[in-house]
Formats: sequence, C-alpha cells, structure tokens
Amino acid sequence: MRTALTLGLKTLAREWRSGDLAVLFLALFVAVAALSGVGFVVDRIDRAMRLQASEVLAADLRLVSPDVIGPQYAEQAARRDLESARVASLLSVVLKGELTQLANVHAVAEGYPLRGNVRVAEQAFGAPLLVRAVPAAGEIWPDSRLLAALDARVGDTLSVGEITLRVTRVLIARPDQGSGFVDLAPSLLINDADLVATGLIQPGSRVRYAALFAGSQRDVAEFSTWLDANKAPAERLSDIAEASPEVDSASVRAGRFLLLASLAGVLLCAVAIAMTARRYVKRHLDLAALLKTLGASQAMVLAIALTQLVCIATVATVAGAAMGFVAQQGLLSLLQGMVAADLPPPGWQPAVMGLATALLLLTGFALPPLLQLARVPAIRVLRRDIGPPRLGTVLAYGPAVLAIALLIQWVTGDVVLSLGFVAGLALALGALALAGWLLVVVAGRVRGGMGAAWRYGFANLARRRAESIVQIVALGLGLSALLLLTIIRGDLIDDWRARLPQDAPNFFFVNIPSAEREQFRSLLAAQGGDMTRLLPMIRGRMVEINGEPVADRRFLSPRGEGLASREQNLTWSAEIGPDNTVTEGSWFSAEEHGQPLVSVATEMQESIPLVLGDKLTFDIAGEIVEASVSSFRRVQWDSLQPNFFLMFPPGLLDGAAGTWMGSARFRPTEPAEVAELVRQFPGVSIFDMDDLLAQVRSIIDKAVVAVQGVFLSTLLAGVVVLLAAVQATRDERRYESAMLRTLGASRRTVLVGVLVEFAAVGVMAGVVAAAAASTGAYFIARFMLEIPYRPDPLLWISGALTGALLVCVAGWLATRTALTQPPMQTLRQG
Amino acid sequence: MQRKIVLEARDLTRKVNSPEGELTIVSDVSLQIGSGETVALVGASGAGKSTLLAMLAGLDTPSTGQVWLDGQELTRIDEDARAALRANRVGFVFQAFHLVPSLTALENVMLPLELSGRGDAAQTARAMLARVGLAERVGHYPRQLSGGEQQRVALARASVTRPAVLFADEPTGNLDTTTGESICQLLFELNREAGTTLLLVTHNPQLASRCERRLTMSAGSLV
Repeated sequence: MRTALTLGLKTLAREWRSGDLAVLFLALFVAVAALSGVGFVVDRIDRAMRLQASEVLAADLRLVSPDVIGPQYAEQAARRDLESARVASLLSVVLKGELTQLANVHAVAEGYPLRGNVRVAEQAFGAPLLVRAVPAAGEIWPDSRLLAALDARVGDTLSVGEITLRVTRVLIARPDQGSGFVDLAPSLLINDADLVATGLIQPGSRVRYAALFAGSQRDVAEFSTWLDANKAPAERLSDIAEASPEVDSASVRAGRFLLLASLAGVLLCAVAIAMTARRYVKRHLDLAALLKTLGASQAMVLAIALTQLVCIATVATVAGAAMGFVAQQGLLSLLQGMVAADLPPPGWQPAVMGLATALLLLTGFALPPLLQLARVPAIRVLRRDIGPPRLGTVLAYGPAVLAIALLIQWVTGDVVLSLGFVAGLALALGALALAGWLLVVVAGRVRGGMGAAWRYGFANLARRRAESIVQIVALGLGLSALLLLTIIRGDLIDDWRARLPQDAPNFFFVNIPSAEREQFRSLLAAQGGDMTRLLPMIRGRMVEINGEPVADRRFLSPRGEGLASREQNLTWSAEIGPDNTVTEGSWFSAEEHGQPLVSVATEMQESIPLVLGDKLTFDIAGEIVEASVSSFRRVQWDSLQPNFFLMFPPGLLDGAAGTWMGSARFRPTEPAEVAELVRQFPGVSIFDMDDLLAQVRSIIDKAVVAVQGVFLSTLLAGVVVLLAAVQATRDERRYESAMLRTLGASRRTVLVGVLVEFAAVGVMAGVVAAAAASTGAYFIARFMLEIPYRPDPLLWISGALTGALLVCVAGWLATRTALTQPPMQTLRQG
Repeated sequence: MQRKIVLEARDLTRKVNSPEGELTIVSDVSLQIGSGETVALVGASGAGKSTLLAMLAGLDTPSTGQVWLDGQELTRIDEDARAALRANRVGFVFQAFHLVPSLTALENVMLPLELSGRGDAAQTARAMLARVGLAERVGHYPRQLSGGEQQRVALARASVTRPAVLFADEPTGNLDTTTGESICQLLFELNREAGTTLLLVTHNPQLASRCERRLTMSAGSLV
C-alpha cells in the first residue's frame, strides 16, 4: 500500500506537470468556490437577519415570568460569555398634579436593550434620536401619549407610586414594544433601581419580569438548551413569532430562501463533481489497463487513483474555499449601502461546510467510477473497445444518492422536507434522463435529411448516446436549480412588497366611543388623516359550544382551550377585508345581516376544533347570544390592520355597548396635531406605528436585498460551474473537430456542427429544467414559503434559450482552439 | 541441451458471445516455449494471434484449457496474482507503444520498477534508456518523440525489469521499414543480452524469420 501511495503521489506530480489534471482541478475549484462563496453570503446575511429579528425581543433570548427571576440565570449566562439585562413591567397610575393616566411602567436595568435601540426625543411626538443608555435613577422617560395626556413636558416631575421622578426625555420607541396591541396604555421607562422605591411591588401585583440574554449564535443556542432544561415551570422563553409576527414571517421566509440557495449550490457542486469524475475516469481507463499489464493490482490502481483524487480535491477545495471567501467580499461590496454595512463578519463555518460538502460529494460521485477504473481489464491494452465491467445499480448510483440525501438533510434539518426534496430531485432526474433518451433517438432518426454540418451535429448526439444523456441530466439539473431560484425570488419579493405597501396604515386608534366616532373621523380627516378601516369592538366570552359548556369541554391543545375560554374582542362587519380569505363556507350576504351567524379564524377552527354549522354561545356583557359558524377565514395577521378571531354580521350585536377601533394613514406635519387628537379624545388610545413599520420595512428591505444578493451570487456561480462542466467533455470533440478539418471540412461546417449538438442539448435541458423548476416552485411556494405562486409561461422560453446559449458558449470555448490551430497540432496533443 | 519450459499452453480455447452467436476465436491450442527461445506467431488478420498472446501473458483468461508461465499456472490464480507475476516476470511491447502521455520517457521506464517496488528506479531506467540510445531524451514527453523513439522507450520499459518472457504484439506495425528494422535489431539485441524468452506476434516475414521458431495460426488454431 505504501508503494501505491508513493506511486500515486509521484504520478500525481507528473500528471500535474503535464497539465492533464488541470481541468479536474479547475472544475472542483470553481464548484467549491461557488458553494462556499454562496455559503459565506448566506451565512452572513442569515446572521444579520437573525440579529435584526432579535431586536423585537431586545435580546437573542428573552425569558419571561410572572415571578421575580433569580440571579442564577444571569450568572450562568456570564459564565458562557453572554450579556444579560433585566426588565420588569407593570400597569400603574402616573400622576401630574390632579391629572392621572394609567401607564405601562417598564423598569429597565443597565445594558437594556441588548439588541436594537431605544429612541427618544426632546418633546412629545418629536424627532427621534438613538440613545445607548437607560434613564438614570430619579429620571423618567414617558412616551408622547402619556405626556400629552398629562399635559406635561421635559423638565416636569411625575409621580409613580410613592416616588416622584423628573422627565428628562420623551420615549419614542423601544425595540421590544411589539405589535400585538397588548400594551393599550401608554408606556414609560424608569431605572430598575427605582422600582422598589415606588412601592408598586406588592404581593399579588401583576408584574411581568423578563431576563434578556445576548451573545454569539453558538453560545446563545447552548444557553437556550440549558435554560429550557433548568427554568421553572412558570418561566418561559419568548420567541420572535410571539413578539412580532411580521418580522418573524419575513425572516423565516428569507431564511428558507437562503436554504434553497444553499441547496442549489450543493446541486451545482454535485453536477461539476459528477462530470469531472467521469472525465477523470475516462481519461485514465487506458492508463489503468496499462498499469495492470505492467503488474499493478486492482487495489494499487484504486489506491493510485484515490491518492490523486484526494490530493487534488483537498487542494482544490481549500483553494476554492479561499476563493469563495474573496468572491463573497467582492459580491457584498457590490451591494454596499444596502446590506453590507450591517453585516456581521464572515464566520469559518461556510468554508468548513464547503470543504465537507465537496469531499462528501466527491466520495459519492467519484467512488463508483473509481471502482470501475480499478476493475478495467488489462486486455484493454490490446482491445480498446473493452471497458470496465458495469457496476450494479446500487453500487453505481447508491453512494451519489446517499451523499445528496445526507447533504439535503444536513442543510434542511427536516426529515419530511428532505424526503420531499429527494423525491423531487429523483423525479427531475428521471424526466431529464427520459428527455435525453428521446433527443438521441430523434437525432438518430432525423439526421438523414440535413446538410453536412447539421448531420454531423445530430450524428454526434446519437453516437455519444450515454454522454449526451449524462450531459442533459447534469445541465438540466443545474439549470433547474437556477430557474427555481429565479421563480421563487420573484414571487417572494412580490409577496413581501404587496404585504407592506408604502401607503400601509401607520396609526391605530383604540377605544373610540361609539357616539364620538364620526367627530373623531372628522377631526382626523381635517388634519389630513385617512381612516382605512374602522370596526366596532365589544368584549365577550364563549360559554358553550353546541350546548356543551366550554368549562366542561376537553380540548386537544392548551392553545384551543385558551382561545375558547378567554375573553374575546368581537366585531361585526358587512365587508371582509382583503387580508381575510374565506376557506370554508361563505361570507355574510346582505340577506344574512342580522342573522345569528359567526365567521371564525382558521386558528380557532383548528385548535378547538370547529366545523361549519357548530353553534357557539357567547356571554356579551350579561346578554347571551347564540350563533352558527357560517364561514372560516384565513387571516393575514401581519397585515398591520385590525383583525379579529370572531366576526359577526351587522345587525346582530349593534345594540351592545362597545367602542370602535380603526387604522389610518396619517402623516402629522407637526407633533401638535397628534397632541390635539389626544386632548380632544382623551379616552382614545393612539398608536403611532411608524416606528414598527420602519422596523418591519427595514427587515423586509434587507431580506429583499439579501435574496437578490444570494440569488445573483448563486446564478453567477451556477453559470461558471456549468461552463466548467461542459469543458470537461471537450477532449473528444476537439479531436473529432481536428479530424474533420483534416478531412477537408471548413471551420464553419465544424463550428455549426458543434453548435447544433450543443444547442440541442441546451434546449432540451432548458425546457425540461423549466418544467421541473415550475413544478418545484409550485410546491415550495405553496407549502414551504406559503406565498402565492404565479405560473410564468415565458419561463419555458427563457429556460430553453438560456440553456442553449449557455451550452453553446461553453461548447465554443471548449472547441475554439481546435478550430483555430492547425489540425495536426490538436491530433498530436490527443 | 534441453531448455527449461518457461511458457506452456494446453488445450487453450477462447469463445466470445457476439450478435451472431458464440464465436470461437482460439481453438484447442497447445504449445511449449523454452527459456531464451525466440518464437514468432504469424497468421492472417483475425486468425486469433493477439487473443492467444493475451491468454499466454495472463492479460485474458481462456474459456477452457490451462497456461503455465515460469512454473505458475495462470489459469488457477486470480487477477491480482497474475498482475504480480506480470510485474516480475513479463515484459510487453505493443504496436501502439502505449506510453503514458503525461509521463516523460524516464518516468515511463521507471513505472514497472516502481510498481514492483524496486529501489534505484531512476538510475536503472536512465541506464536502460541510454542502452536504447535515448540518453539525451529522458526528459521528453511521448508527444515530443518520434514513433521510433517512442517504441525504443517502450522496449526499454519492457526490458528494464529483466523479465523471463517478453511479449511483443506487432512491435514494428506502426513504423516505417527503416525504423522498424532498427527497432527489430534492438529487440533481438536486448533479448540476447538478457537471455529473455521472446514471443512476438507479427505480419512482417522478415521479423518472423529472425526468430528461432515460427508458429502459424489460422482460424484460431495452430497449423
């Protein structure tokens, strides 16, 4: 074996000097550079998205509890190099002289917020400034609504519980203010050190405690696992989905797109490796037979080939990963100003992942052909038509399938998703192989009636039957991955933009008294505001389902029990909003107005569960109302519009005492306009959503740029990989072209012939790739990203044209030297 | 003096499957070749000469029959054992030279020495190349050498391990008459110097006439 290794290294050095291994090296280098380049971009953008998403928690991890959270977690966090901070929140009355206002008091400790920033102003509704501090002891930062309600300004003093605090700044926004409208009351920040002195912490007071933690992704993940195992039952980890569904859905979708891009990178890498391994084996069949004739055993032939391939792969993958690192820097600097400035520095994981992926793929794809190489009979030195014995199907394709399946599982981390991808991949491969077979059969039949150049091109396709099919499969697979990303990218970005248009409502008004709603609307309109939705809101509790008391009912999940038994906000409306879609039954017709009917959100339908026609009984301020479920609605909760789990037709509950809530597009020209609304309607809670909207828009904008950036880098990498893959098949064509020219064919005839062959392969691969990508995109859009899928008929044409163009350019590059240099030179070079 | 038998075949038959049915390429061939003997295997194209040579050298296995090479029964040992035997006891020269295009002349000649794990491969190979008149061409790649020079390198490679038997398949088939003559001269000189047994397949009557014995094949059988 030592002889084999030594010989392997020696022949490697010798073959390297002769330039024969350069194509193999180049293809591997390009594939790994592409894979790790995309990996670096994905990793950095993904971490940036996570960081931004963490802002809505003001931390990477947020532990919440109704009881005081002990210091043990902060100590444990410090040991793991994590930062920590504390927040305690409770409702309390704030006083200024005779004026009082209920407010959410947030007592924050030094270090808050660990992620994101607090914004303050010098006056109510003033221009926001970032601060990197918390109020000092003795200070209070009330928000604009609180100041307006108390007719106070900076410099005044406010009483909270037993202490008096000086207003030093106006709170405009906290990163963790959320969008759930839970905090209907205005907010204020005080220093944690003042909390005890307020005397508000009494047995039975409803205080919400939160411990915040932040650090590196790995440390946070480890700490999260530890925390999950060690926390008290009443303590729970709060996640982004709960804090801000808008941010959560944008980051989850962007993350899934990035995952798709990584998978595309893996597939492209597989294509390059499969093609180059094939080429390596083809080029070495004669050498293997000769070595055996000269006395080499099967094991020695295998060891020599393995030594060569492992050495080349190691150097190519290390160099490729380094190139990937340089390429991602270049790519991200192109996107500078949009995303690069905020990106965290590159980590080492993408490089390791690139290396591991390439080596795993190389093992899966190169091992079977290498085994074949080792089994080539020595008699081949006398009879070149004798090739290696065929491997069994399992041995021939098993390692490749296993390698791909393992990588897909590694990237997705989800067995069901992985199985879906593997099944989709298998179908795409089958379709491509079938298309390849059809092409060679048709090419063989039609070539008779054509000119010399075309006949030569079609004859080549038919003669190199296996090669043609392999090329169509490989190119089609690469193109499918790229087209799939193209479609998904477009749909994803369109969907994001549609969800949050520039004219989305930016103000919310809650608790508008029924009698004052028209006056309120008029004042708002006079100030330039445009009410986009105004719905009544009454409180009620579900007491029975089909006559069975809710309290006696057994629920499948705690969520179902919570949704059924808690006090609900109820509304009625003649119209269903565009962010609501009826999934079962039908929306209230004009005839049904006043009928005892109710429309239920799908979350409630699934978790209770409910079916159409179920009778729900409600207790609304002591009055019992029974209604039949007439429809179920899918609600887009992240639309930033008022939405309800339960909606009734108009005319049924109109008499019940309640208030109204509305959303509006409102751009006050000066803070006084909002203050005037507060002054005239002191009972109305006003929410300025601009900050939240800006936060969500910023995340979506980043996600869009991220998706574009990753898409472009994958596309670029894909084109380079496919070019390299076609280059790997060039030898035979160069030789044939030179031979044809020797026989008197003009350069034009040879060129047209080569281009016809390549174009046919490209068009076929492109058309099937477009079909595979459209089908794949449908499933991914529908089930993975949950966005609408719009079929694009142009994709078929663009797929076919792109395929043809790409392969023709690659083909021309591969054969151009044979066309320009004297034929003898090409023939001599072999 | 009775020569030691170095190569023996008994009732060798080789059949292959073809679209037309089973074909018998070599039929019931038996022969014995003594140590140091030079034997020419002649016959028309398609007579089965190369197939017989392949079976005698252990490159192919017969459908029936037995082969002994230097005392070892080739038909009873596996492919790796046959490869080991080839490494130590057999040399080959082919019509198409079969040099490794990515290796220099020196590296091509070193290859069999390295495969059999012998030390001083470079020195021995260099001396062998000097013996065939290519001392100045050791660093050249096959594509930089003429046909005659390539076959000289192939001769050096076949002889450098001092094999017991040298098999040559149409060694002058790709060369012009003058070059072929000089290669032929060199082949017999090297054979004589090393006392190697030589079995060569040829169409060339002059080359055949220089051998001590001539075996003629027709339709798969010795006549």
